[in-house]
Amino acid sequence: MQQLNALVKEANELAIGTPESEADRMLQICNACRYCEGFCAVFPAMTRRIEFTPSVVNYLANLCHNCGACLHACQYAPPHEFGVNIPRVMAQVRKDTYMTYAWPKSFGALYKSNGVVVSVAVSLSIAFFLLLSALLNGSLSSGPLDGNFYAVFSHNTLALMFGAVFGFSILAIAIGLIHFWRGISAGVISASAAAEATHDALTLKYLGGGHGDGCNNEDDAFSLWRKRFHHFTFYGFMLCFAATSVATIYHYFLGLHAPYALNSLPVILGTLGGIGLLIGPAGLLYLNLHRNSEHGDASQKSMDRAFIVLLFMISISGLLLLAYRDTSAMVALLAVHLGFVMGFFLTMPYGKFAHGFYRVAALLKNSIEKRQKNHLQFGAD
Amino acid sequence: MVDVLVIGGGNAALCAALMAKEAGASVLLLEAAPKEWRGGNSSHTRNIRAMHDEPQDVMLEAYSEEEYWQDVLKVTSGITDEFLARLVIRASSQCRDWMRHHGVRFQAPLSGTLNLSRTNAFFMGGGKALVNAYYRSAEKLGVGIRYESPVSSVEIQDGKFIAAYIGDERIEAKTCVLAAGGFESNREWLKEAWGTNQYGESPADNFLIRGTRYNKGVLLKQLISLGADSVSDPTQAHMVAVDARAPLYDGGICTRIDAVSFGIVVNKNAQRFSDEGEDFWPKRYAFWGRLVAQQPGQIGYSIIDSKVLGRFMPPVFPGEKADTLAELAIKLGIDPKALQETVKTYNAACRVGTFDHTILDDCHTEGLEPAKTHWALPIDTGPFYGYTVRPGVTFTYLGLKTDETAAVHFNGVSSANLFVAGEMMAGNVLGKGYAAGIGMAIGTAFGRIAGTQAAKAAQILNQSQGAEHATA
Ligand SMILES: Cc1cc2nc3c(=O)[nH]c(=O)nc-3n(C[C@H](O)[C@H](O)[C@H](O)COP(=O)(O)OP(=O)(O)OC[C@H]3O[C@@H](n4cnc5c(N)ncnc54)[C@H](O)[C@@H]3O)c2cc1C
Ligand code: SF4
Ligand code: SF4
Repeated sequence: MQQLNALVKEANELAIGTPESEADRMLQICNACRYCEGFCAVFPAMTRRIEFTPSVVNYLANLCHNCGACLHACQYAPPHEFGVNIPRVMAQVRKDTYMTYAWPKSFGALYKSNGVVVSVAVSLSIAFFLLLSALLNGSLSSGPLDGNFYAVFSHNTLALMFGAVFGFSILAIAIGLIHFWRGISAGVISASAAAEATHDALTLKYLGGGHGDGCNNEDDAFSLWRKRFHHFTFYGFMLCFAATSVATIYHYFLGLHAPYALNSLPVILGTLGGIGLLIGPAGLLYLNLHRNSEHGDASQKSMDRAFIVLLFMISISGLLLLAYRDTSAMVALLAVHLGFVMGFFLTMPYGKFAHGFYRVAALLKNSIEKRQKNHLQFGAD
Repeated sequence: MVDVLVIGGGNAALCAALMAKEAGASVLLLEAAPKEWRGGNSSHTRNIRAMHDEPQDVMLEAYSEEEYWQDVLKVTSGITDEFLARLVIRASSQCRDWMRHHGVRFQAPLSGTLNLSRTNAFFMGGGKALVNAYYRSAEKLGVGIRYESPVSSVEIQDGKFIAAYIGDERIEAKTCVLAAGGFESNREWLKEAWGTNQYGESPADNFLIRGTRYNKGVLLKQLISLGADSVSDPTQAHMVAVDARAPLYDGGICTRIDAVSFGIVVNKNAQRFSDEGEDFWPKRYAFWGRLVAQQPGQIGYSIIDSKVLGRFMPPVFPGEKADTLAELAIKLGIDPKALQETVKTYNAACRVGTFDHTILDDCHTEGLEPAKTHWALPIDTGPFYGYTVRPGVTFTYLGLKTDETAAVHFNGVSSANLFVAGEMMAGNVLGKGYAAGIGMAIGTAFGRIAGTQAAKAAQILNQSQGAEHATA
């Protein structure tokens, strides 16, 4: 009994430690248990190790999809005194990863109150564009401009503003990612490893729960909806990205200038993407609001929700802009839409958006590692 | 009045409840534990031993009825009911689709478990995931479920079940399935069974319970006192050596110590007491629980040196570490001189050949009592490590005698409406010893039989009552 008390004390002392030391403690327990081996890639990757250094923990944390399965299946989950909660500790470590690897480094602190950061960035951006268009245009409700955005802002103004911010954000993400990749010392990328990682990322393999029934949300029941809504969001986003890319090509290489017809490729891609970005984020928000409070890290809820809502707002403002582009509301709608997009671009490297890049890097490392020999083959019973 | 009352909330109980409900009966399940702790020992399990004549879904190669039976015969030294054992074995080949239908998922053979994937099917996520799936399915089908409902006694009249009591609350039912587990978490009963040893100690005082704290055997005790026939004896149990720092309850799978065969194990007098190299740890670790239980103070110390680090699964809790054996002995609380002497004698007896911990290698001792027959490497390279072990009880074997209908017997006569499944009757098949995965095989087979039989008995009662009403 005395030993037990000492143990509980030790566990409590650890619990007030860093997420990394907590993850280490829990992974030691998992490694001696291994019941969750079938759920996702984290557990097989774990069994290749006996020590969980910060860089290993960073890697495993970003490999975790926060599906919740290993919490509901865990014989050591609270109220058990071992208090194993892998999805939560992994989420906490992920946040630390984002902060550690953020570039410039001091900007990593933005993760701490990301919800506020996003709100402020978006509000300022919208205000900025409203003021700017009022200034350039004399008023926010001039007569119908036949959907010609460039009558408000010249193409070059827009390209310069968004290009600069987007360029900076991509650079910041890339630098963070390179540091992360070096930190987890991933090894040489083979074609088959790259192909597998791409497949796993694009299909969200590990939100399938290992059995194809999906992941957990409110309780121990499995559901594919999180995976589906995530797909809507991701592919919706990619379609919007494609629409912008096509429009850029039209503009610079084909001399075809906006506004584009409703049946043109950029508008079709953008509309489909926009619809995906309505359904996906709305669904994810619904699931997020109903999520079991034991999952993930409560302190990151504002970041998750801010990001989801932002995507939704970009989409709905974009679709409204399309619908009313021939009316006098166009100028105001345009300013609002551009404000949301700018808010998104500004916060890209310091918010939920970055998770995808770290996740893909972790998946890639997993695929590389799986192809290497595992030197640890302990007897199991 | 409900048709079938199921007492218990683990695998056997859930199988019974689901089968009874599927057979059209109304079912109420009473689980002693609160929801967070539901599922008893079943929530700590990993796999089920399953017969198959050819490769089948997650099962590799073949595991025939005969081979399975021989395994049961071997581990029990013949203390088993062949007829019931074969019934379990055959049932184990057919239950996986039904389990899947109720949401249980199996995992494909994985790296660490390949050697067991021929004989055992692994639950994805382990037993808690299995139990969760069964509860979801039961709720969906409309089985009534009550948590925090420990049944304190049952009312029996002429071998027939009348009602169950939760304290003062009386619950009547037409039939009843008892699936409330063994009595391993009833310390008083364990102490009574194990008595006092030659050192004047009560060994059971130092047992840790690997599973649930809710299996107190209240009903087992009551039924035996009411004249129900029993099998096995109260000292028979599955016992494993576990880390002494494991919690008193629910330490589960992760507290076992894998280092045993890589060094020596001494008792509190720093003396060796058994062959650490007799077989691979997974096969032998069930045996070490009993060995340690027979030592003074029911305590043992697994001692290794730095040479073998990284060759076994690191334990959940770090061991004691010291640069010299004397220092290690002090940290472990044993006599430094005696330990040094034991290690010296052992080292001198080691005949080192080609060390290979994956086979029964040729490293052994000569002229040492007890011998270490494999993996005998001198313990000479500091720092040294020590892990303290205690007996960990998995589950007890004393149970109610039954037959192929899962009926409880009173003086050789089978009850018309009282059935039993799982740990409460596992002793029929498993008089002693253990083969990994057979607990769930017994619980699943008999849980399903008990549920079906209880539903049938309730229907017969319903019909006869209907007939009485018609004639009245
Ligand atoms: C750590 C560990 C690992 C194991 N691994 C395996 C394995 O991999 N494979 C395998 O086949 N077997 C394994 N076993 C053995 C296996 O757990 C048992 O054989 C099996 O679970 C028995 O099922 P059961 O339903 O009879 O009992 P349990 O699952 O223990 O269920 C008993 C239930 O009855 C309830 N209960 C008790 N008293 C009362 C009461 N008075 N009123 C109401 N409810 C009550 C309890 O709360 C509990 O829910 C393991 C056991 C342990 C402890
Ligand atoms: S999460 Fe829990 S059940 Fe799963 S492997 Fe870890 S300790 Fe075991
Ligand atoms: S939460 Fe899901 S993805 Fe993360 S470790 Fe657990 S099972 Fe794997």
